[in-house]
This record gives sequence, C-alpha cells and structure tokens, in this order.
Amino acid sequence: MTIDAAFLKSISYFSVMSAAELEANKQLFTEKTVQRGEVIIMEGELSDTLYFVAAGAVKVFKTSAQGKEQILSIARPGEALNDIPVFDGKPNPVNAQALGPVTLYGLKKDKLLTIMQQYPKVALNTNKVLAERMRQLVTLVEDLSFRHVLGRVTKILLNHSSEGAGANDHLTQQEMAAMAGTAREVVARSLKTLEEQGFIRIERHRIVITNKKSLEEIVAESG
Amino acid sequence: MVEMPEINQDKCNRCGLCISVCSCGAIVLVENKVTIIETEDCHWCTTCEAVCPTGALTCSFEIIVEKD
Ligand code: SF4
Ligand code: SF4
Repeated sequence: MTIDAAFLKSISYFSVMSAAELEANKQLFTEKTVQRGEVIIMEGELSDTLYFVAAGAVKVFKTSAQGKEQILSIARPGEALNDIPVFDGKPNPVNAQALGPVTLYGLKKDKLLTIMQQYPKVALNTNKVLAERMRQLVTLVEDLSFRHVLGRVTKILLNHSSEGAGANDHLTQQEMAAMAGTAREVVARSLKTLEEQGFIRIERHRIVITNKKSLEEIVAESG
Repeated sequence: MVEMPEINQDKCNRCGLCISVCSCGAIVLVENKVTIIETEDCHWCTTCEAVCPTGALTCSFEIIVEKD
C-alpha cells in the first residue's frame, strides 16, 4: 500500500502543492478499497476522514422519504466525497456508493488541518474548490426544481421522434443534456418522471413515446 | 445482432472507468484497446456512459412514437 504522490497532485485540493511537498506529506494519507455496490458514505453519519477517489467511480446521491434516488454527481479519480461534513462537523448530507471496485485515499480531519496550517495556499485553494462545488449544486437545484428543463427534454424527445422503428435519430442522455443546457443527471431524472407518469417507456436502446399528447401539453405549459 | 453501446477510440483515454463499472462484463480491454462485446446481458443501464470522462462511450436511444 503506497500512496502515489503524483496522483495527489491531481486532487484539486492539493493541486497547489509542489511534488516535493506532496512527497513529504503523503504518509498522512491512508488507502482503502471497496467493492462494487458498497456504500462508502451514508447520509446522516458523521465523518472524521475526508475521502478522495483514487481509482474507480462513485455515485453521489440522495434518497427521498419515498425511496426515490437522485444522483447529484459521479465522482471520478481526484474528487472528494465528503468535504461538507468533514468541514462543518455535521452529518453527511449525501450517500456515496461504489459503482465498481474503488480505491479511496483518506485523510483525517486533523491531518488536513495540519496541512492547511503548514501550507496556507492549500487553505486558500479550498475556498475555490468549495465555491466550484457550490456553483454546480446551485445549478442542479435550479434545473431540478423548475419545470423548464422537463419541458426542454420533452421537446427534444418530440422533435427527434417518429413513428415506427428504423431511420430515426439516436440520442444519448449526454447529448440531450447538452441540447437542454443541463446536467446528465437532470435528463435522467426528467426521463424517469415522464416514465413514471406513463408518457414514455424506456427500453433497451429505445425510448417509446406512449402518450404524445401529454408530452405536447408539458411543452406548451413550460412555455 | 445485439445493439451495444458504442465507443469512439479517438476520444478514449483508456482510463478504464467504464470497464470497472460494467456489471455484465461487456466492456473489456483487448490489446490495450477498450472493446465492447455483444451480449444480451447488457441491460442499457448507461452507467458506462455516465462515468466516461471524455464522452467516448455512448449509449444512444432511438425515439419512437407508439401508434395507438
Ligand atoms: S450499458 Fe450498462 S450493462 Fe451495458 S455496457 Fe454499459 S455499463 Fe455495461
Ligand atoms: S471511460 Fe471512456 S475514456 Fe475511459 S476507458 Fe472507458 S471509454 Fe475510454
């Protein structure tokens, strides 16, 4: 188990540290591996260790009282999973689950604070990292709470559909997100909403519009 | 022929994230190249597309209006 100092440089928190500084501090980090499906962070629990993804991908999400899941982001190597509870000392606001085998680097809160005291540039940079995260979340909240994105996604479906299989357009959720000016997570949510209402059916490789009239009404309502 | 997610080799940086998340084993490394094998086990969860950092991997949907 060796912590890769070169990799630490790719973590936005520590990108301002030099290779030598990271090499000198890498023993403060611990490594942990988790299996596919394992819950790394649980909503409501306290965290005294900041975790970074070192390898693999992690789903960061919230679950509603009805058990509905909303993905907030997919954390890839270099990204932190639980900075909010580590910094404010309050319970985790989100869950994080490994999408496949994942390697994590952990840094205890007191060690993180030691690094920040020793290298004030890390503390300064943290403001930037957290502000970026906040910006992403504000945009997500906006797109999830207002119906305009649902309307835009619905319009995209109608514009790219035709009757019968064959020479139709093919669109990915990523492309729909780019067209609707939103995040992929919001498109996934919009499609799920339309499916729950019985207006579309999501199949392997196909989205079947089962109630075109209702979709047209959604577009008209969202202006 | 089973429709499968597609990969654009020019965009792929071989980070391996798609391979690590696919639970059906459809994505493998063949001679250092990320390759998708045809399998009915792929249930089009689109997780491989979601984790791909470069947009190289795509799970597209054909949009069809059902006739009543
Ligand atoms: S869509 Fe899901 S099951 Fe199919 S190849 Fe991608 S990750 Fe694997
Ligand atoms: S996740 Fe994307 S970039 Fe990474 S190996 Fe798979 S296709 Fe290539």
